[in-house]
Amino acid sequence: MNLQELSESKDPSHDHDEICEAMTPSRRAVLGAAGALFAWSFVPKMAYAAPGARDPRLLVVILRGAMDGLSAVPPLADPHYQGLREGIALQKDGENAALPLDGFFYLHPAMPNLARLYKANQAAVLHAVATGYRQRSHFDGQDVLESGQAGPGQTVDGWLNRLLSSLPAGESISRKGALGIGVVPPLVVRGSAPVLGWAPPVLPRAGDDLVMRLLDLYGQRDPVLAKAFAKGVDVEKIVAREGMSAQRARGGPDNAEGMRAIAEGAAKLVNADDGPRVAALAFEGWDTHANEGGATGRLANLLGGLDGALATFETGLKDRWKDTVVMVVTEFGRTARVNGTTGTDHGTGTVAFLVGGAVRGGRVLADWPGLKLENLHEQRDLKPTMDLRAVTKGILTDLFGISGPVLAEKVFPGTSGLEPVKGLVV
Amino acid sequence: MTTNPALTFQAIHRFGLGARPGDLARIGANARDLFRAEVDGKQMAALTGLTFASINEAAPALRDFTEKERMQRESRRAAVVAATPNQPGPAQPAPAQTPPAQPEQMMGGQPAMGPPAPPQPAAQQRQPPPEPPLPQRTYREEARARFHAMLEPLGGYSERLVAFWSNHFAVSVNKGNPVRTLAGLLEREAIRPHVYGRFADMLLAVESHPAMIYFLDNQQSIGPTSRAGSRRGRGLNENLAREILELHTLGVAGGYTQGDVTALANVITGWSLTPGNATDGLPGTFRFNANMHEPGAHTVLGKTYADDGFEQGRKVLADIASHPSTAQHIARKLTRHFVADEPPASMVARIAKVFRDTDGDLQAVSRAVLESPEAWSAPLTKMRSPQEFLLASARALGRKPDFGQILQPLNAMGHPLWQPGSPNGFPDTNAAWASPEGLKTRLDVAASISRQSANAIDPAGLIENLFGAAVSTETRQTVLRAETRYQAIALALMSPEFQRR
Repeated sequence: MNLQELSESKDPSHDHDEICEAMTPSRRAVLGAAGALFAWSFVPKMAYAAPGARDPRLLVVILRGAMDGLSAVPPLADPHYQGLREGIALQKDGENAALPLDGFFYLHPAMPNLARLYKANQAAVLHAVATGYRQRSHFDGQDVLESGQAGPGQTVDGWLNRLLSSLPAGESISRKGALGIGVVPPLVVRGSAPVLGWAPPVLPRAGDDLVMRLLDLYGQRDPVLAKAFAKGVDVEKIVAREGMSAQRARGGPDNAEGMRAIAEGAAKLVNADDGPRVAALAFEGWDTHANEGGATGRLANLLGGLDGALATFETGLKDRWKDTVVMVVTEFGRTARVNGTTGTDHGTGTVAFLVGGAVRGGRVLADWPGLKLENLHEQRDLKPTMDLRAVTKGILTDLFGISGPVLAEKVFPGTSGLEPVKGLVV
Repeated sequence: MTTNPALTFQAIHRFGLGARPGDLARIGANARDLFRAEVDGKQMAALTGLTFASINEAAPALRDFTEKERMQRESRRAAVVAATPNQPGPAQPAPAQTPPAQPEQMMGGQPAMGPPAPPQPAAQQRQPPPEPPLPQRTYREEARARFHAMLEPLGGYSERLVAFWSNHFAVSVNKGNPVRTLAGLLEREAIRPHVYGRFADMLLAVESHPAMIYFLDNQQSIGPTSRAGSRRGRGLNENLAREILELHTLGVAGGYTQGDVTALANVITGWSLTPGNATDGLPGTFRFNANMHEPGAHTVLGKTYADDGFEQGRKVLADIASHPSTAQHIARKLTRHFVADEPPASMVARIAKVFRDTDGDLQAVSRAVLESPEAWSAPLTKMRSPQEFLLASARALGRKPDFGQILQPLNAMGHPLWQPGSPNGFPDTNAAWASPEGLKTRLDVAASISRQSANAIDPAGLIENLFGAAVSTETRQTVLRAETRYQAIALALMSPEFQRR
């Protein structure tokens, strides 16, 4: 990052194939640049003590199983789309027509809330994106997505946790920890910075006295269990105050009701003044090898669940929504061509969503590679033209004022050659 | 010889299922001999109280059930169409709307992907619950039989190995009714008989079992130029082939390419199921369907296999079963499971060598794990998984829980039986299980079962039975100073001594 980037420039257009638009830098970007120029430890005072400074929220939603980006956001104006997607293609007209975005890209009809937020300039779509991973294993793909490393096999910690530990000691965001939704927290939040956990409860909670006695025993005998359990107890205090204890989960992370319950809990915790500022959660079931469905069916049900969760975030975050970015990401995409079982196999490029009041939305950002056979990655997958890490770095720069070197060395190691995408945050 | 009582405690935790009242005294100094005898004698627990003896009974019953469901669904759909002119779309118009609650969720009931059932009028929900349908009934029965069988052995190394392999060859009942019905049979028929047999035999049994065929869609994978493929314009599904290479054998860094995945997918086209109208076989059981098989020779991992029908796939599986990458992959996973999240390299190398030298003889491999010095010297750092914890708790308290008392806590703790989030199976590291929410939920479970056992259990006797001389002063004091008996039991079950293995 350098000072030239701070100069004013024209307001960007809504062109879907312009990703590196020069634009008015946000207040965060200015502070981030300052952080790179001066001593890092000076930044937080400027960043967070300034009157009216934003107290941001970041939620990362991981779609496990590889979401089919070409069905979630179909490029209906691409001449090759219909031919590749026989049996699952979406249509511009008729019953359950896809929802128009920018005339080239459309949105799956199961996502009316996302369409509404897009119109309100609170949602952006990134198309033909991928991490740096180019194989097709779900598990390695998810590890790369969440670890923020260049390749698989490094699963000690996740990028969201390293974000917190990159902030100066004493910084309130890092002190409050990263929230990992689920009995098993997602890798993206694991690491040395404090990790909080919550999941929609299915059993009556044990009594406080029992909790304190066990905390005491762990404190004497088992520091690892003590640390984890203490975090769980902290969250429980917020939960009790926010009146969430009575909620019982009525579905898992792979159905609409379960997604809504998870989103509601996450929103309440992140909304609390003393709650965590960053959170990660995962929805499952996106591995649509067979009978994927088109405007209705299996994938449509999942997208409807995701859409409901996004609306739940909006409602639950209340006044904080204007300072919120929700990133919806998946490990990779699916084959451009429908397979032999009316589904799609593991692919490469796909879609990511940025949703929230802090998002400069109403745009599809894509350097569209096209679906012509020779333009496909290995002649089978949507070719990625945007690196998801560059997008994430852009968000972290604008939202938290993290400097380029810290992002490139610590949060996403080895990405100094990957410029953050600018102007994603209002 | 294990004369040190601490070693007995360690061995029971590392290789066994957890001490029942009196077990520590029964085992005494002979922990190693106890587990050796299981391996040498190929001792397996017996499962009882099951409706289906084998896939030959279960698959036709499943086929009948699916047919009836389909007909009922069609008649309901016809009725709905007749009653309402506008078909409901998939989208929820407003965020506040919530779909109807799914019954049976707590018991791991519904298939998440199935077509949504029509909403029931409120009045109907008050009626007593009907007999659960075949898939739920079978799943509960299999879960109960498995859990109860695992209460029986004194040591239980064999059962730990069953659970290990079952997770290695994971299927998820969440896929739908077929897998929900057949998951228990996959373990009983394809895994248990081969725990001390050859890995190649286990691999073949698993990949050709209807539960796995359904789970990874292979009955729908059709050779593009096969008779069925050219007629119907359908084709390949790579799902099973990829997971065989990535998860079941070579491992993700095991040296295969996308080309190998596609080739193997072609090779195993036709590994399918007997159709419902067949007169020459039992519907739903495994069948090689030559009409779906992609003709021609295929090259997998540099070796070309002539078109030989089913044999072509059998030969490929046999070769990858004895591939050095498979030996390495299995050795690493076994060591990580039994010893430490970061498995000692010396032990991994030794187990891999035994695997290679014996051509995947799992009796020799299991014995090598048991005899590894690392397994006897490394401290107990692993967390018991929720399934291991629940089972050890039942053994400790002498409880014989019913299916709801098994399935519900496992769901709550994020370890539902035969229902991992992905074909990768459940994680096998502390980072996954020693989480803030995981520990809280575990305490909720401990509190709940302790309440139910409080009258029958003396806390001082319990910690003596569970830990003997290995108990720490802090744990003993915490348990004995608890304000109620139930609280004391819960604290014993949540103590580091009980949680670590």
